[in-house]
Amino acid sequence: MRLTLRVWRQSAADATGAMVTYDIDGISEDMSFLEMLDSLNEQLILEGDDPVAFDHDCREGICGACGVVINGDAHGPERTTTCQLHMRHFSDGDTIDVEPWRAGAFPVVKDLVVDRSAFDRIIGAGGYISAPTGSAPEAHATPVPKADADFAFEHAECIGCGACVAACPNGSAMLFTSAKVNHLNVLPQGAPERETRVLDMVATMDEEGFGGCTLTGECATACPKGIPLPSITAMNKEWLRATRKVAR
Amino acid sequence: MALATRTDKRADRKAGDPGGGRPGKRPSVLGTLWGSTVGKKAVMAVSGLVLLGYLVAHLLGNLKIFFGPGEFNEYGHWLRTMGEPVLHYEWALWIVRVGLLAAVILHGVCAYQLSRRDIAARPTSYVHKRRRASYATRTMRWGGIILALFIVWHLLDLTTLTVNENAQPGHPYENVVATFSTWYGNVIYITAMLALGMHIRHGFWSAAQTLGMGSATRDRVLKITANGLALVLTVGFISLPVGVMTGLVS
Amino acid sequence: MDDILPPTYTDYSTGEPLVDTKAPGGPVAERWDTRRFEAKLVNPANRRKHTVIVVGTGLAGGAAGATLAEQGYHVVQFCYQDSPRRAHSIAAQGGINAAKNYRNDGDSIHRLFYDTVKGGDFRARESNVHRLAQISVEIIDQCVAQGVPFAREYGGLLDTRSFGGVQVSRTFYARGQTGQQLLLGAYQALSRQIAAGTVEMHPRTEMLDLIVVDGRARGIVARDLISGKVSTYFADAVVLASGGYGNVFYLSTNAKNSNATAVWRAHRRGAHFANPCFTQIHPTCIPRSGDHQSKLTLMSESLRNDGRIWVPKAHGDTRPPAEIPEDERDYYLERIYPSFGNLVPRDIASRAAKNVCDEGRGVGPGGQGVYLDFADAIRRLGRKAVEEKYGNLFEMYERITAEDPYQVPMRIYPAIHYTMGGLWVDYDLQTTVPGLFAIGEANFSDHGANRLGASALMQGLADGYFVLPSTINDYLARNPHQDTVDDSHPAVAEAVAETEDRLRLLLAVDGDRTPDSFHREIGELLWEHCGMARSEVGLRKALDRIPQIREEFWSRIKVPGTGEEFNQSLEKANRIVDYLELAELMCLDALHRAESCGGHFREESQTEGGEAERHDEAFSYAAAWEFTATGTAPVLHKEDLVFEYVHPTQRSYA
Repeated sequence: MRLTLRVWRQSAADATGAMVTYDIDGISEDMSFLEMLDSLNEQLILEGDDPVAFDHDCREGICGACGVVINGDAHGPERTTTCQLHMRHFSDGDTIDVEPWRAGAFPVVKDLVVDRSAFDRIIGAGGYISAPTGSAPEAHATPVPKADADFAFEHAECIGCGACVAACPNGSAMLFTSAKVNHLNVLPQGAPERETRVLDMVATMDEEGFGGCTLTGECATACPKGIPLPSITAMNKEWLRATRKVAR
Repeated sequence: MALATRTDKRADRKAGDPGGGRPGKRPSVLGTLWGSTVGKKAVMAVSGLVLLGYLVAHLLGNLKIFFGPGEFNEYGHWLRTMGEPVLHYEWALWIVRVGLLAAVILHGVCAYQLSRRDIAARPTSYVHKRRRASYATRTMRWGGIILALFIVWHLLDLTTLTVNENAQPGHPYENVVATFSTWYGNVIYITAMLALGMHIRHGFWSAAQTLGMGSATRDRVLKITANGLALVLTVGFISLPVGVMTGLVS
Repeated sequence: MDDILPPTYTDYSTGEPLVDTKAPGGPVAERWDTRRFEAKLVNPANRRKHTVIVVGTGLAGGAAGATLAEQGYHVVQFCYQDSPRRAHSIAAQGGINAAKNYRNDGDSIHRLFYDTVKGGDFRARESNVHRLAQISVEIIDQCVAQGVPFAREYGGLLDTRSFGGVQVSRTFYARGQTGQQLLLGAYQALSRQIAAGTVEMHPRTEMLDLIVVDGRARGIVARDLISGKVSTYFADAVVLASGGYGNVFYLSTNAKNSNATAVWRAHRRGAHFANPCFTQIHPTCIPRSGDHQSKLTLMSESLRNDGRIWVPKAHGDTRPPAEIPEDERDYYLERIYPSFGNLVPRDIASRAAKNVCDEGRGVGPGGQGVYLDFADAIRRLGRKAVEEKYGNLFEMYERITAEDPYQVPMRIYPAIHYTMGGLWVDYDLQTTVPGLFAIGEANFSDHGANRLGASALMQGLADGYFVLPSTINDYLARNPHQDTVDDSHPAVAEAVAETEDRLRLLLAVDGDRTPDSFHREIGELLWEHCGMARSEVGLRKALDRIPQIREEFWSRIKVPGTGEEFNQSLEKANRIVDYLELAELMCLDALHRAESCGGHFREESQTEGGEAERHDEAFSYAAAWEFTATGTAPVLHKEDLVFEYVHPTQRSYA
């Protein structure tokens, strides 16, 4: 199929960017969206142009590296990652707008590449269980009810792609933060740091310049892993509980 | 053998930051609430629910207008003598007023600060626009501003009677009729009540989420309650101007 | 055929045999304890004075970085991704083996040891494998303590499942995302140390060379991928946890940016490269859909627990699968290997698929696929149970192929997945360059000629959490006061200059071919001649062709932009430079090993039934190659393998 792409081009973090139009032909419907961009780039290189920079790695929808906003939707029209979005969801002759994640906490690095290191700092603030290597008790020492294990898993599925922030009109990282808080706080292993975890992670989230949550639900709609909106409610509850317990 | 390598992050954090403070000193509940986006939302949720509770009482009182000037004016007078003889004349009313003012201010200040923050957190918008979220969600900010302006007018109109041309102190029934006898009084009031409905519809559900009271199983009940409250309050309040316009109340 | 000896080629020379001086003697079950006791320790108070560089943040690197920092070392860590959480370990689906024997099904450390040595077709070291089996149980404990949400039974205890190549149920899993969950565990432990300031993390920074001073690894040259700045980093020891080299094939299940540059540059600086031809081809990948294909997607091997693999009995049968009656289907794995059936090891399952496709019985576009059918499982267990177990894999399949595997059998085909070869390391995981360690898939140590399913996660975490943090102490304790080095040292200046020159040259050629076009070409050549089946004729062809491609590369490559910016084309091209050398060594290694073993199938060495035939008297060794110069004959050092506990037999899964 033949497509018109309008792609955000920005040569560096401090440069001004703009949407640039490209025509591209010979796109197969079995291609992934990134393979379509690959083929645009092959064309650009041979024409002596700078190829479009975009983050990607595993191309299996699990590493969370890729992610662009396609026609206004984070990761495009399907509920999946950009690498797992296939061109069969578009039609011949379509015009497709491709933009980077937009959020104050995710500055553009180049073209469609943004800096998501704020996520790493949120995890560093408490998104872990302190269990130094070698200190672990026998795995079966603490049974975990299956329902809790499943709840933890559903939240642990987050791939840290940042689509939630990109989709949120407030550039909020609540869904990302809540996914990790809920994963760890429901487990008995996570109990000793339950309060400090949620307080510190939320505080870091605020410090990084993410917006607040107005419960528009855009994040959960965009999330390729289906982290549900009630995840945020559960974190709010954890946070209020921790505030009561830890604070004076 | 593992050495203790976890630093006390609370100690590292800059003073004045959410949940921060000086090393070793435990943060206060209020400080933590005020310093965090999640806390500020909780403040908004609680103050919003207080105002919502007030509105329900307010509506019940308003509906007395349909039982004639005697009963309505008597109710108006009772508001001032409420709490007697424990409290002095009008004290209870002033306590309620101060409480409501505090709730409105907290709600407004939090909304303002969070909105500023939210707008700053998304400095660049997408070139490709598309419709996002529900109407009620998107109108929270504008709706809030409309309601704030309405409250000012409403107080000037029916409490201080400053802008009510035909006002007579001590005759609330007649004053209400006077307000709704003007076209602009009806327009302002009905517009504000529609905004109120929208605001409650998302606000009530949102407050429940913010206070951690929502869950997947409870979500339906919460949404129905939110819609029900919004509908009852909007229709209830609008019934007054409609009553005046149709001559049911005169 | 028993008298086959390695032919004498002029392509390489044979050097001194290699001996693993760190491996302790005594009963195999006691060797790890012995080694840990013999190893010198670094006083906890002195640890922070030692800097250790760790390259890579996957299971091995992430675990090692976190653990070394917990012990008190100053860790400087690198990854090319924007976050340490994205390392490709995250894509591992199926599970992790551990000899917990929670099922009471006869499992034990010794059985895991036995299965792994046998599964590796007797080309792995017994000492290493036994240590791996011992540590496997501690890994599960460690991960559970970190909050890894493994699948659990209703009683709250851990669930396990069986996996290819074994008859016990010892694989722990977290739906189809075990690698993700284990990696996030390691990443979270690492993040805790980064926040504590004990790990200095450099994301989006790629190692481009190793700095060797006075015969010891003392640092790396790395490029900041955003600014393009080439910098040096110094340390008392360097740990490579940069993964495997499967991407040399262009199409593989590896992440697009996984690459061999770190290990290859280390190899050029003196680290021997062992068994490069031992590559694993995974039997259950989604077949390619066209020339645009940029990578192949794996479907977890666990699918073989319930899926049945078949092709039509008739050649060129193009009927839709539902219209092919039961008696016209050939469930070839169940037919040829009745006792293991669909659960034979990966190499055997892959080769069998290739054979039926070569016979013209393959299905799907180009006849490059076989069916993996869940109809029986859905009938037996119900759709819900199948969904519970494999739901996310089925979804992924449907997303990619637009076919619903609940209705239509999946189509699968083998693809390059894992590389058993890697930098040669001793029992301490130290390479032939003192102070340079290699862990995880980057080394060659534990899987021999074939890796069993769910063992990569086990090895990565064993190396990272438990082995390296113990053994690196010994090196640092024995070399406590190394001279400080800086950019002015001639060896450092040389490494930096070489790196910068190479980047400059890549940008200067300004030819007419893209980096990807070269990568595809070398990949196709390798897949053809050094893929699922190798022959002397084919390998010779590849060895003739590779230097030509290399020459063409340096005259026709086109890399747009500059070196002083975020330039993904430059990153790619620079990695291809190393693939073009590595590919040659792989073919040479495959050529010299004139036997079939594990993932290495030499057409000249097979039984009458078409099974791989090993030649232990001639090839029971690890082949460690020493670099000489680009395009020049390398030197082969053999490390003889001794089997005291598991006696080599021809593997039989029939």
